[in-house]
Amino acid sequence: MFDVEKIRKDFPILERKIWDDKPLVYLDNAATTQKPKAVIESLVNYYENYNANIHRGVHKLAEEATSVYELVRDKVKNLVSCKDNSEVIFTRNTTESINLLAHSLGESLNEGDEILLTEMEHHSNIIPWYLLRNRKKINIRFVPITDQYELDYEKLEKLVTKKTKIISVTHKSNVLGVINDIGRISTGTSGCRPLLIVDAAQSVPHMKINFADLGCDFLVFSSHKMCGPTGVGVLVGKKESLEKIPPFLGGGEMVRKVTFDNFTSNDVPWKFEAGTPNIADVIAFGTAIEYLEKIGLENIHKYEIELTKYALEKLSGFNFLKIYNSRGVGIITFSNPVVHPHDIATIVDQEGVAVRAGHHCAQPLMSRLGVLATTRASFYFYNTKKEIDIFIDALQKAFDYFEVGACKELKQERVDLVSVQKKDK
Amino acid sequence: MQTKTMPQLNELYREIILEHYRKPCGREPLDKVDYHAEGTNPLCGDEVKIGLQIKNNKIEKVYTEGHGCSISIASGSILADILRGKTLEEAKKISEYLKCTMQWKNNNFCDDVGDLRALEGVKKFPVRIKCALLPWTTFEEALMGHDRIEIS
Ligand SMILES: Cc1ncc(COP(=O)(O)O)c(C=O)c1O
Repeated sequence: MFDVEKIRKDFPILERKIWDDKPLVYLDNAATTQKPKAVIESLVNYYENYNANIHRGVHKLAEEATSVYELVRDKVKNLVSCKDNSEVIFTRNTTESINLLAHSLGESLNEGDEILLTEMEHHSNIIPWYLLRNRKKINIRFVPITDQYELDYEKLEKLVTKKTKIISVTHKSNVLGVINDIGRISTGTSGCRPLLIVDAAQSVPHMKINFADLGCDFLVFSSHKMCGPTGVGVLVGKKESLEKIPPFLGGGEMVRKVTFDNFTSNDVPWKFEAGTPNIADVIAFGTAIEYLEKIGLENIHKYEIELTKYALEKLSGFNFLKIYNSRGVGIITFSNPVVHPHDIATIVDQEGVAVRAGHHCAQPLMSRLGVLATTRASFYFYNTKKEIDIFIDALQKAFDYFEVGACKELKQERVDLVSVQKKDK
Repeated sequence: MQTKTMPQLNELYREIILEHYRKPCGREPLDKVDYHAEGTNPLCGDEVKIGLQIKNNKIEKVYTEGHGCSISIASGSILADILRGKTLEEAKKISEYLKCTMQWKNNNFCDDVGDLRALEGVKKFPVRIKCALLPWTTFEEALMGHDRIEIS
């Protein structure tokens, strides 16, 4: 395993104090992660030394910027093990990648076609499909989750029919932390051949992913959730699929030839990258990938399992909490009818602890869980058990304030994580 | 602007606030509703419903119901408590008072604000100001959305 204390020194923000003297305990990593110094320096280095627009110039700066930018495609290719760097498209974020797919795949859908989502999707994997439904007369169905907060695979297989053209599913829920078995979905539905899109916003940053092994057609994720800058997203797609679908946005870069009456599209991946891209941030994202690979994504995953287990054990001391986690890794969401998530978040913030309160952009899931809002703590490899202790103490303070301990005990619905870990091996 | 002096929690969670949160006023449904609105805070999912019954130009009864944090529930409860017996003009002034308070603005134009003063500390917690204002903006919506004609 790695040395957490050493790793923490790579992140300047982890040295800052909250309020006057409280060390920052950042447990909102599912929203966005902190940036190591190397990534910040890589941004500065680009702007100070080779800032230029890419692909168009013949001068030295343009050539340097272009080659470093294009090199990041290789890094992404190696990170997720896709076949070719032309299968890597840069967007603004996961959300834009899904909008691109909804737009471009949507073109060939017909009335009555179906799209299958799940009850645990982030809004960004719901709204683009609703927008598409407004344009095309298609139907959207949701695969339910079980009472153990897992995807109901049997129901999923029953919901897939000849009409199902697309399945778009999150790899890891940003609320439940559960990692969905994509391989099971792709093999279980192969008879009907729907396209499979995987929202990997919460998985690629935390575990080793192999695009080919997953058996999906498209994979989407965001740089900012994996130590990279904001403003960069990725869409990985099989080349033959990407070549078949029309472009999303039009403009410079995505065309080969333009006349007074028409245009021909550029090759993939540039066909999907209209206009000047986010050069600086893509380059710094490349640095983030290098950084993560140096630490090792397997190590990160293992360490997060350990942190999760530790935190769940500590949280189980609060037997009045409902914890929405049975096999989730790195993300723990909970609620209690007496103290509202906002109040919890405000009180723990006083102790320097940053957690999320609200619906986490998953309102349909919240309604399925029967709550309007929950509190969420989410970890990354720079978090420590000591920080979890601070978090638990801060929670205790919140519960004391609202006299929660005195309330009716809630049955805690989670299976023992020890058995989960065994299964993981 | 790295650190700011820490506001004290008991400025936010005054005992009066916690009491209103635990036992909110105005939960009894009205037999006749003259003004009504529902407000939500899309960011956090807080919800509040406000209903008003008017008699002789005064607010006779107030109904509030909601799901949310202690601040929004308490604020709704205080609303139900203090608007009873007020004219609509007086009620609007009280709403204005709270908004000014949250913006650190002076407001000496009404003194009969009862427990509402206990919400003053919320202004030191900028992200929670919306929680305190939700019932009041919903109340203002109710007044705007309904015509006087509806009153029987
Ligand atoms: C599972 C999941 N999908 C999609 C997104 C959207 O990511 P972004 O805001 O970077 O587009 C998020 C992030 O909040 C997420 O957790």
